[in-house]
Amino acid sequence: MTTKIVIGLDGTETGERAIAFAKDLAERIGTCELVVAYVIEWSPFTFQTPEENALRHKRREEEVELATTRIVTPAVDGLKAAGFNALGIVRHGDVAETLNAITLEQGGSQIVVGRASADGLKKRIFGSSTQNLVMHADVPVTVVK
Amino acid sequence: MKGDYSDPNDAGEVSHFQALATALSGTVGLGNIAGVAVAIGIGGPGATFWMIVAGLLGMASKFTECTLGVKYRNEYDDGTVSGGPMYYMSKGFNELGLPGGKILAVLFSIFCILGALGGGNMFQANQAHQQIAGITGEYPGWITGLVFAGIVFAVIVGGLKSIARVTEKVVPFMGVMYVLAALVIIIMHADQIGWAFGQIFAGAFTGLGVAGGMVGALIQGFRRAAFSNEAGVGSAAIAHSAVRTKEPITEGFVSLLEPFIDTVVICTMTALVIIITQQLIVDPATGLYMLTEDGSGIATVDGNSGVSLTSAAFGSAFGWFPYVLAIAVVLFAFSTMISWSYYGLKAWTYLFGEGHTKELVFKVIFCVFVVIGAAANLGPVIDFSDAAIFAMAVVNVFALYFLMKVVRQELASYAERLKTGEIRKFGH
Repeated sequence: MTTKIVIGLDGTETGERAIAFAKDLAERIGTCELVVAYVIEWSPFTFQTPEENALRHKRREEEVELATTRIVTPAVDGLKAAGFNALGIVRHGDVAETLNAITLEQGGSQIVVGRASADGLKKRIFGSSTQNLVMHADVPVTVVK
Repeated sequence: MKGDYSDPNDAGEVSHFQALATALSGTVGLGNIAGVAVAIGIGGPGATFWMIVAGLLGMASKFTECTLGVKYRNEYDDGTVSGGPMYYMSKGFNELGLPGGKILAVLFSIFCILGALGGGNMFQANQAHQQIAGITGEYPGWITGLVFAGIVFAVIVGGLKSIARVTEKVVPFMGVMYVLAALVIIIMHADQIGWAFGQIFAGAFTGLGVAGGMVGALIQGFRRAAFSNEAGVGSAAIAHSAVRTKEPITEGFVSLLEPFIDTVVICTMTALVIIITQQLIVDPATGLYMLTEDGSGIATVDGNSGVSLTSAAFGSAFGWFPYVLAIAVVLFAFSTMISWSYYGLKAWTYLFGEGHTKELVFKVIFCVFVVIGAAANLGPVIDFSDAAIFAMAVVNVFALYFLMKVVRQELASYAERLKTGEIRKFGH
């Protein structure tokens, strides 16, 4: 059975370090599949204007498209070029919850993420996505600095 | 509504909650604050009873129209959607092989534009001005109108989306605050709740010397309820059609909540506050409500009517509340105008086609009516708004009657698949 490692990206350079770490890990483990996941922060409980609602579907396609072409596909291509078995997933939702959900769906055995870039007041009140992930994930989480 | 039956792969689309919140911010507003006061001021406390009845009935028509709105919407290649009564009228009637769908759709669109200019615009501007003037002292309405028109213009023509977005975010909190304040006042007068309900029930069937008697109370109740929750009018169907669900019926279930929250809960609270704080003057000799001199309504303390009646009722409990209410009224009025400008625009583009210049013409007309509404008297504004919205409702309900069986089939098929497990709950 192959081990699956989920890499959570956030579009910053910490993602690169998460990928590097996951690569290293995968090499040590042997047969490994790497799942590159990017979660677009989104909540179903926000308030929107009618016009925003009408355009929502189009926006969503654009967001998915952008995340796929700018972040996920280059990462997956890079991993494949380096000889790894890799696939990419882009999804909307709460970052911590969704990353965990993707991992469970894929049968991943651990999650690797970069340290979150949120800081200041927001982090003090809500905690960062990384903290939430570490606290609530169903599999071990590695946070790369 | 919680989304337990929503597919996680649809995450990122407009959620049921968002569609409900958007539609609610279009409906919860002055209808609940000022409309109730108008109803009680003319029809007496009994009008409240009929408002509640109308609200409960409204749940059924809302369910039907929102289901149809989603089922028969247009989806364009660029991913945007347009829906609403004009689409289910023309498409639905075609599908059933009935004639006249197109004519109904055109009629509805015309009335919808008038409704947008009346109830969705002039009434809002008018009451917002009345509320502001009540605090700052009297000044000409066109000044408020111009300021409002300027802001509305900036949003709908200038594309200053940020203002709309801020409003959309503040309005729900205003709504919650309004309900809380009403609750506190009602609890403070807890001993009178029974009496107030007694007034509402007695008034509903006897009239208590109200203008027009029991029928007057009934008409006022139904009118203001329709005005407030827009059930049967067709406007909410436009707002709900943006949701991308494979099951139109689920949108119908969500929309059921609207008339309930709007009319049955919020309107009743406003009514209780007005009755409990005794804003209506009772003739000590007969124990009946005193009519105003021209007999058009019930005499109130200080002769208030419309939004100022609600304001005075809340103000009698909390001296500072009229200020908060003024801000709330302005924001509610504003968000309702933005919502209705969208509904009106959809009807306009249905009639004349899409296009930048055509849309601009409507938007400019819309802004002009903001000024007219703020400067005019309440009476004619309400009459015009009522007429337009009533006309929308007549056309819409007529169409709903014929399309009802489509909804019934949808419902039966959904229930069947739910039972057989074809539609399953997505675990969270």
